[in-house]
Amino acid sequence: MDFIFVFEQVLNGLGYGLMLFLIAAGLTLVFGIMDTMNLAHGSLYMAGAYIAARVHESSGSFAGAVLLAVLLTVVVAVVLEALIIRHLYRRDHLVQVLATFGIILIADDAVKAIWGVAPLLASTPAALAGPIEVFPGLPYPAYRLLLIAAGLLVALGLYALVHGTRIGMLVRAGASNRQMAEFMGVRVGAVFAFVFALGAALAALAGAMMAPISAVQIGMGEAILIPALVVIVIGGIGSIRGAFVAALLVGLVDTAGRAFLPPALRAVLPPALAAELGPALAGIAMYVLMAAVLALKPAGLFPARA
Amino acid sequence: MTPSFVSRPSFAARHAGVLRRLPWLVLAVLALFPLLAPLFGVEYYVGFMRRVMIVAIAAASLNFILGYGGMAALGHAGFIGVGAYTVVALVEAGVASAWLAWGCALVGGGVFAALIGAVSLRTRGVYFIMITLAFAQMLYYLAVSLRTYGGDDGYGLYTPLTLGAGFDTAHPQLFYWVVLALAALVFAVFSRVAHARYGHALRGIRDNETRMVALGYPVYRLKLAGFVAAGAVAGLAGGLLASHNAFVSPGLMHWTQSALLLVMVMLGGAGRRWGAALGVALWLTLEEALKMYTDYWHWPLGLLLLLIVFHAQQGLAGLFGSRAQADVGGQGADVAGEVDGAAQERAGSAEA
Repeated sequence: MDFIFVFEQVLNGLGYGLMLFLIAAGLTLVFGIMDTMNLAHGSLYMAGAYIAARVHESSGSFAGAVLLAVLLTVVVAVVLEALIIRHLYRRDHLVQVLATFGIILIADDAVKAIWGVAPLLASTPAALAGPIEVFPGLPYPAYRLLLIAAGLLVALGLYALVHGTRIGMLVRAGASNRQMAEFMGVRVGAVFAFVFALGAALAALAGAMMAPISAVQIGMGEAILIPALVVIVIGGIGSIRGAFVAALLVGLVDTAGRAFLPPALRAVLPPALAAELGPALAGIAMYVLMAAVLALKPAGLFPARA
Repeated sequence: MTPSFVSRPSFAARHAGVLRRLPWLVLAVLALFPLLAPLFGVEYYVGFMRRVMIVAIAAASLNFILGYGGMAALGHAGFIGVGAYTVVALVEAGVASAWLAWGCALVGGGVFAALIGAVSLRTRGVYFIMITLAFAQMLYYLAVSLRTYGGDDGYGLYTPLTLGAGFDTAHPQLFYWVVLALAALVFAVFSRVAHARYGHALRGIRDNETRMVALGYPVYRLKLAGFVAAGAVAGLAGGLLASHNAFVSPGLMHWTQSALLLVMVMLGGAGRRWGAALGVALWLTLEEALKMYTDYWHWPLGLLLLLIVFHAQQGLAGLFGSRAQADVGGQGADVAGEVDGAAQERAGSAEA
């Protein structure tokens, strides 16, 4: 286990964590401001991935594909918000689970009807297909570097938006105390519609960026949703900063678990047992992290509500 | 036309006699079904009904903690998986008795529920939903990595388990009747307990936990007891499901299975005596029927959920039963109905 390998895994974890952050950011704001549990957030991620993969394939332009994926998904999200999500704000969490689970079922069938059952193979843009030598002895896929750069850029932009602009202030006010914000004259409904669309855009961006390095298939939204939920619970529901820190933490823990746990176990345990335990512990790592954080800080690392 | 100031008696009040006898009628029909099915050439549906009843057992256990206890657990499929893998482990170890295997599945589900509940029940609201989900995910990944029991590919149970007296679970009618008897027993016991002192305490906790603490009830222990009972029954359902499918895979524990179970309970009506059974029967029947006609059978079910959310907030059972009849069994109809109705608004609410 040399330094190069460790560094490579850290980069992998960083990339995964940043993509998780893009998904979790929208989820945590929707959750934090309107107290609405949206299981269908993963479906928006799936929509972004499918649209980007198909448009990239037919047009050849990756940037255009990502842009179109984000735009179309936002349109879908705006309609979804107006028709359904808006009417769920004041209902209890279980009803929200019921309704948004219904949306997942409909979205999966819609994707199946439009693009078929077979997983899509999304290709990386040709210009970024090769590796780049980060430093001598460490070639790293250029596309994954783009992923990290894009993730960091969006995170910075989001931070500036939430902490440096008027609309961001309204969003934060809504997250920390919705009733008080409403009382002070903030039209929380409009803020929420904006936040929902923003969250959808980020999820679609993550989907479009992840498409070339993951399987584009039905069910991908449900698979990514759970780590995203873990992130927002660890970070503290409603907190962008919390989501950022937690996403990187989860990304690194998950990647490190998969890369380092099996060999480490092989060193101390009999091989047969290590072969069974290694993957199990690696898969479980992020949930253990969440349970530990909740045991120490029941409201997450950075609680948004005072 | 003269305006009437007298409210029309509810559906349940008008048909009280029929409704009281209905469960016995349903039980009789279900018991005779395996004998009648061959006459109509619908033997296939004997297996289907068996699955409906097994899932209904699991749903009933979730309904008990969700509807009466207000504990919105999104990891109930984890206990089903524990039960199923207990059976797998025992079969792998050479056990042939179905009763022993299912008994151990029950105990296994209970033990895991005790461990998970002890930690989870310290949290509230959304955090409870999330932490139960997290534990179920841990069990899922554990099962995926257990290569001895097939890992991701699952494990086939090729030899039927013995039921005693020379019979085994391959006997189509007998296994069906065993499941029916267990389902009836589970529903009877949960219904009985829900109306005993313990059940009232549990509902009290659902409606106002702080007050119950102030009254001196050991709230945490009462909730944990309910959680363990529900986990044990879900484990039993998992053991039965393993025998029914003759196959066990980690897919049993996927989080969408937990969500489905919640959905079915809410669909039928959380906190209603027959809510779980109604929800499971409707959901699985629709699924089966839609699959016959189209590959796109998910979206009508999704649409149904949205309709329920916006138009039938009490679930299916709420469409038929009056408030009083539904949950409190008619005692002090007015007051009880009022309390129950108010509670229903929050039934299973994460904040309850």
